[in-house]
Amino acid sequence: MTTTHSISVNINGQTYARVVEARMTLADFLRHEIGLTGTHLGCEHGVCGACTVLIDGRSARSCLTFAVQMNGRTLTTVEGLNVAVGLSPLQQAFQEHHGLQCGFCTSGMLMTLTELLSDNPDPTEQEVREVLTGHLCRCTGYAGPVRAALAAAEHLKGIKGAA
Amino acid sequence: MKPAPFEYHAPASLDEAVALLATLDNAKVIAGGQSLVAMMNFRYAMPDHLIDLGNIASLSGLHFDAQILRIGSMTRQREIEFSAALANKVPLLKAALAHVGHRQTRNRGTLGGSLAHADPAAELPTVCLALDAEIEIVGAAGARVVPMRDFTNGFMTTALGYDEILVAVHIRPWRLGHGYSFQEYARRHGDFAVAGAAVLLDANHDGVIERASVALCGVADRPIRRDEAETALVGQVLDESIIARVASLAGDVEATGDIHGDATYRRHLARVLTTRALREASSRMTTKKRETA
Repeated sequence: MTTTHSISVNINGQTYARVVEARMTLADFLRHEIGLTGTHLGCEHGVCGACTVLIDGRSARSCLTFAVQMNGRTLTTVEGLNVAVGLSPLQQAFQEHHGLQCGFCTSGMLMTLTELLSDNPDPTEQEVREVLTGHLCRCTGYAGPVRAALAAAEHLKGIKGAA
Repeated sequence: MKPAPFEYHAPASLDEAVALLATLDNAKVIAGGQSLVAMMNFRYAMPDHLIDLGNIASLSGLHFDAQILRIGSMTRQREIEFSAALANKVPLLKAALAHVGHRQTRNRGTLGGSLAHADPAAELPTVCLALDAEIEIVGAAGARVVPMRDFTNGFMTTALGYDEILVAVHIRPWRLGHGYSFQEYARRHGDFAVAGAAVLLDANHDGVIERASVALCGVADRPIRRDEAETALVGQVLDESIIARVASLAGDVEATGDIHGDATYRRHLARVLTTRALREASSRMTTKKRETA
């Protein structure tokens, strides 16, 4: 019954080949097989949003996806957001605008907001709040993350305008 | 918790998937997995075989012909939400999708998966019921089409046989300019609805309602149509007294109760949400002269 499968996945620009059990979730695969522990695992049933990653650029719950389904796909985790030196503009904005306290939900929020800002560089506060409904945060009351997202959008527009 | 062990199959064609489903014991089909994997993590569901429809390209996508819109069962909720053509032809779908889970689950969740899962509080089965959608099914014994009214049989139970796969949903769009609204109450945005109401209205150029559809979710063991409310709408020009009467008829149902709300509360919600949906649908309706007599 415990059949295994060979998969090859591109994660943060690097290709990984592994043999996985069918029942291994993508979250457990990232954390335990690849060692990318920036993806956090909270509720394990798709409610809290801590495990959110990008699958082919689209935000998704890694606890509601099996690793075997990711063969040939391109993933981005929070570790893939780092720029060459220091933090990405979104991460920087989270630091500056009290976007986190304990940090457990943060990596998931960063992935969702990365998708939002790439789809829509000029989101309204309502649009930011709408995508953040998919994330539970018990520290910030969401005000900080919303401010951070809007500040990051402003900053990114500035960079684009200057280029 | 972690899922129990299972064997994984990813057929490349529908025929292959149907053959696997017919021959394997305790097999389950996985679409977007946004409900099933959660159930497997809790071990509410423990299939021995999982048949993934994700590699069957023919199951995804929207196809319009003159009268009928065909949505493949594996079409992601995201694609439906952001389709400009759908927003124009079947705006009720987009309105309801705003309440379906979250961006992160709609990116993977599918239309067919939501219908086959058949949660009584789910928005998409309710919308399909309001639209008189037809469900295209393929199994070892062949293909068949089931009206949405006969598709849900009870709590998370559908007309799908153990060896059958939901292939597509057929929708006949209403006249352009019809009124539509989806209203629901949930404790937090994106949570399961305690109750919800879908309303479609169409009127002639004098504002007299010629066609109406009222469907509710969360009040019974399956989504339900409110035929009495619809009958009371047809032939009327909407005003607050008609709305109050229709909403009262819509809420006059044998409702279910659970820890999220008892039957009396759900009947109350059905009345309030139907009222709001009628007002919004009416305000959106363009009572221009009909293009066809």
